[in-house]
Amino acid sequence: MSTNSNNEQSGHNEGYNFAYLDEQTKRMIRRSLLKALSIPGYQVPFGSREMPLPYGWGTGGIQVTASVIGPKDRLKVIDQGADDTTNAVSIRRFFQMVADVATTEKVLEASIIQTRHRIPETPLNEGQIIVYQVPTPDPLSKIDPRESETRKMHAYAEYGVMQLTLYEDIARFGHIAKTYDYPVLVNGRHLMSPSPIPKFDNPKMQDNPAIQLYGAGREKRIYAIPPYTTVKSLDFDDHPFSMQSWSGCCSLCGSTTSYLDEVITDDSGGRIFVCSDTDYCNDRQAQLLCDEHSEVQT
Amino acid sequence: MIPAPKRALPPPLLSVNGVSRSYGKQLGCQDISFSVRPGEVLGIVGESGSGKSTLLACISGRLQPDTGSLVYDMKDRGPVDILALSEPERRRLARSEWGIVHQNPRDGLRMDFTAGGNVGERPMAIGARHYGNIRSEAQNWLEKVEIDLSRTDDKPKTFSGGMQQRLQIARNLVTRPRLVFMDEPTGGLDVSVQARLLDLLRGLVRELGIAAIIVTHDLAVVRLLADRLMVMQRGRVIEEGLTDQVLDDPHHPYTQLLVSSVLQA
Amino acid sequence: MSYVAVKGGERAILNSQKLVAENRRGNPKVSELSLDQISEQFGLAVDRVMVEGSIYDRLLGALALKQAQGDALEAIFLLRAFRTTLPRFGVSAPIDTGAMRVRRRISATFKDIPGGQVLGPTYDYVHRLLDFSLAAEVSVGSAEANAAEEALDPTMPRVIDILGQEGLIEEEREGGGEVFDLTREPMTFPAGRDQRLQNLARADEGFLLGLAYSTTRGYGGAHPFVGEIRLGEVLVEIEPEELGFPIAIAEITVTECQTINQFRGSAEKPPQFTRGYGLTFGHCERKAISMALIDRALRAPELGEDVRHPAQNEQFVLPHTDNVEANGLISHFKLPHYVDFQAELQLLRRLREEHEAAKDAGATQ
Repeated sequence: MSTNSNNEQSGHNEGYNFAYLDEQTKRMIRRSLLKALSIPGYQVPFGSREMPLPYGWGTGGIQVTASVIGPKDRLKVIDQGADDTTNAVSIRRFFQMVADVATTEKVLEASIIQTRHRIPETPLNEGQIIVYQVPTPDPLSKIDPRESETRKMHAYAEYGVMQLTLYEDIARFGHIAKTYDYPVLVNGRHLMSPSPIPKFDNPKMQDNPAIQLYGAGREKRIYAIPPYTTVKSLDFDDHPFSMQSWSGCCSLCGSTTSYLDEVITDDSGGRIFVCSDTDYCNDRQAQLLCDEHSEVQT
Repeated sequence: MIPAPKRALPPPLLSVNGVSRSYGKQLGCQDISFSVRPGEVLGIVGESGSGKSTLLACISGRLQPDTGSLVYDMKDRGPVDILALSEPERRRLARSEWGIVHQNPRDGLRMDFTAGGNVGERPMAIGARHYGNIRSEAQNWLEKVEIDLSRTDDKPKTFSGGMQQRLQIARNLVTRPRLVFMDEPTGGLDVSVQARLLDLLRGLVRELGIAAIIVTHDLAVVRLLADRLMVMQRGRVIEEGLTDQVLDDPHHPYTQLLVSSVLQA
Repeated sequence: MSYVAVKGGERAILNSQKLVAENRRGNPKVSELSLDQISEQFGLAVDRVMVEGSIYDRLLGALALKQAQGDALEAIFLLRAFRTTLPRFGVSAPIDTGAMRVRRRISATFKDIPGGQVLGPTYDYVHRLLDFSLAAEVSVGSAEANAAEEALDPTMPRVIDILGQEGLIEEEREGGGEVFDLTREPMTFPAGRDQRLQNLARADEGFLLGLAYSTTRGYGGAHPFVGEIRLGEVLVEIEPEELGFPIAIAEITVTECQTINQFRGSAEKPPQFTRGYGLTFGHCERKAISMALIDRALRAPELGEDVRHPAQNEQFVLPHTDNVEANGLISHFKLPHYVDFQAELQLLRRLREEHEAAKDAGATQ
C-alpha cells in the first residue's frame, strides 16, 4: 500500500493504461454511448467492468468519463455540488493518477464534469460533457423489480403507472412529494431517471447545450441526453412541476437562486444555509469582495 | 301498429374460430367457436376442469391457443386477428378497448395504491394528465359501484372482498371498454354480497352497452346477466343458446343435470 | 466557521490511508506475513477470494488478502478491479473434470463406485475442537499422511455419467453457439445456463449457502443427493488458431459438485433424475454444493415447475449474488447525501407545517 500511495501522490501511474480501462473496453463503452445518444433516455445495457472504486460510488460515471476523456481534457469532479467532498476528491485523484489529466474546479474551464447528485448552477456550454453517476437507472424498478417487465413497459411506452405514483402523492399530501431523482420524459418518448439530483436541477437538463451522459456501473446501463433535447419533468396540468425554493439566501455569497445546503453550526439548533455548489459560491464571494474593493476605491 | 323495420344485426365484436389449447396430455379446451356482438353478454358455464378458464385466458390474449383464430373488430382498424397482433398492440388493446375482471381482486388491483389511483390508472395510461379530472372521474366511478367516497384515498387491502371486487369493476369500466372478460366475478363472496354485485353489474353492462364474456360455475350469475349461454364439459361446448332457453329447456343430459342440481339446491 | 470541516479534504483521505496501513501492519515487533505464508497456510481463504474474484492466481489472492487485512470481500474486490485491467488472450477449451487428477472424490448415492470413494482432505470427520497445539509458535513436527496401499485408479468416471449410461439422469445438453461472458456483457432475462452458472460461480458464498439452505426448508422443495464431489487438478487448454491443436497453459485446482434431484418425465420421456451443477476454483466444497442446489432450483421454469420461492426466481437470485455489487451499493450509503437529504428535510418540514395548519383550521371550526 505504501508504494501505491506514493504513486497516487506522484501523479500518473505507469502500470495502467491511460484512464485505467483498456482501449477495447473504452471502444465498447463509446459504442454504447453513441447508441444512447441516438435514442435519448433509452437505457443501453453495457458490459460494465469492476473498477477499483466500489459499485455505488460512481463506477458508471467513472467508466463513462474514462471512455471519453483524452489527454487534453480538463476534468471537474463534484459530489453534492462540491469539489472538496471526499468522494469527489477521491475520483479526481483517481483520474490524476491513471490519466494524468488537468483538473479544475471552474465549470467554465472544464471540458468534462463528472457529478454526483447535482448539476452546477453555472450554465453549461456547447462542447462540454457532463457525466452523471447513477445508482438506479430505471425509474420503473421501484414499481416492478422484474427487468423483463420494465423493459416491455419502456419499449411500449407504458408509463401510466409512473403517473399513478404522482397521483398517489397528491391524493395523500396535496402535492407531488418527490424531491430528488424526479422522473423525466426525454424527447417525448423515454421515461428516465435524472439520477438523484434534487428536482431543483431538473429544468437545467432541458435544452442543455452540453452533452449529458449517465452511467450506472452496478446496474450496467448507460443512457444519454444529446444537446438541446426536450426533458420534461412528469406532472399534472393542474399540479405543474415546481422546484424547491428557500426563504433565505446563502450565508456566504448571498445567492437567492442557488440550491442551499443546511449546515448546523452549534448544538442549540443554530443553522445557516450555504450554496451546495462551491465553485459558484466561491466565484460570487470573490465578486463581492471585488465589488467592495472597487467601491472603496471610487 | 307499424312493425319496426328489421335492422341488420351488427357485425360481431369478437369471433372465435376453432380455438384449442391443451396442456400436454390434459385437455384444456377443444375446437371452440362462437361470436359475441356489441353489447351482448355471453355466459360460459361448466364445472371446474371443464376448460372454461383456459378458454377465457385464450380469448383474452393471456394464453396462446394451440390452434384457431380470434378476430376482433377494433374501433379504428376494423376486424383484426388478435393472434397476429404484436405484443405492444395487444397490450394497448387490453388497456383501452378491453377489461378483465379477475376472480381474485388481488390479481386485478394494485393493492398498495389507493382506490382512486386504482381507478385513475387506466385514464392516465391513455394520456389523462389533469389530476382534478382524473380524480373526479374516479370518484364518479366509485359512486357507481357504491363505494363510499370517504374511502377514495384508502388502499384496497383495507376493503372487504365485495368492495374489492366492485373496485376492480370500476377500474376496468372507467375507460368504457367495449368488451369485458370476467372470470368467476362473484366467486369467493357471500351470497348476499353476490346478489348486490350481480345487480350492480347488470345495471352497468346495460347502461354502458358493454359486451361481456362471463365465465362461471354459478347458473344464478348467468341467469341474471347473460343473453346467451354456452355449456362446457371436458373441454368442449355441449350446448348453447339463449340463456332462458338453455336453462328452461336443457337438451343435453349434462346440462339437465346442472340445471336440476341448482334447482334442488 | 466550521463549514469547511464538513467537507472531506484530500489530506484527510491520505491520512486515513496511512491509518489503514498502520492497522494492517499491526505491532511492528510481530513479524510481517509473507505471501507464501498466506498462500500456504490460509489456502482455503485464498481459494475463496480466487473464485469470487474470478482470477486463478494464488499469489495475487494472497496479496489481496494481505492488503485487505484478511477481509475476504475486500480482497475479492481488489482482485476484480485488477482483473478489469488484464487483456484477454483467448478462450480456453472446456476443462475436463473426468480427466481430473483426483485428490478427493466422494459420492453420497452409492456405497462403492468405480475408482472408489476417496476421502482426501476434509474437515467432514474432524471433531471441531480447538487444537491448542497449533497455538505453539513452533510447530511440533508436521503430520504426514500415510500413502495409500494402492495407487488411485487413474480413470475415475464421474458417478453421474454412470447413471447417464442407463438413461436414468437427464442428458447433459450441448450448449452450442457463443458462450455468454458475464465479465463482458450485462445479464439478460431469462438467463441461459451459461449466464446462470457463471453468475453462481462468482456468487457470494454466504448468500448462496443461505439460499441453498432455504430450498431445503420448504422454500424450494429440493430433495438433492450429492451424486459426486470431486477435488483435484485439471489442465487448462487453449487452441491457438495458428496451431490448430490444443496446448496446456496451466494446471488448476477445482472442486466440482453434481447433485441428483427429483424425477421429471413427460408424455414422450420416461421419468429421469435431473441435475444441478457446481464448480469452483480451489477447494470450496460448501460453495460448490450450494451452487449446485441453486442451479437446480433456478431450473424450475425449464423443468415445468412452479416458481414459488426466492431461490427459484432468477430475477431475484442472479442480480443479488455478487458481493462486489452488493457491498458497493450498501457501503455507498456512507457517502454524503446532503443534497437529497436537504430536499427530504424541506419536504418533511412543509408536510408538518401543513399538518399543523390543517389541525389549527379544524380546531377553529
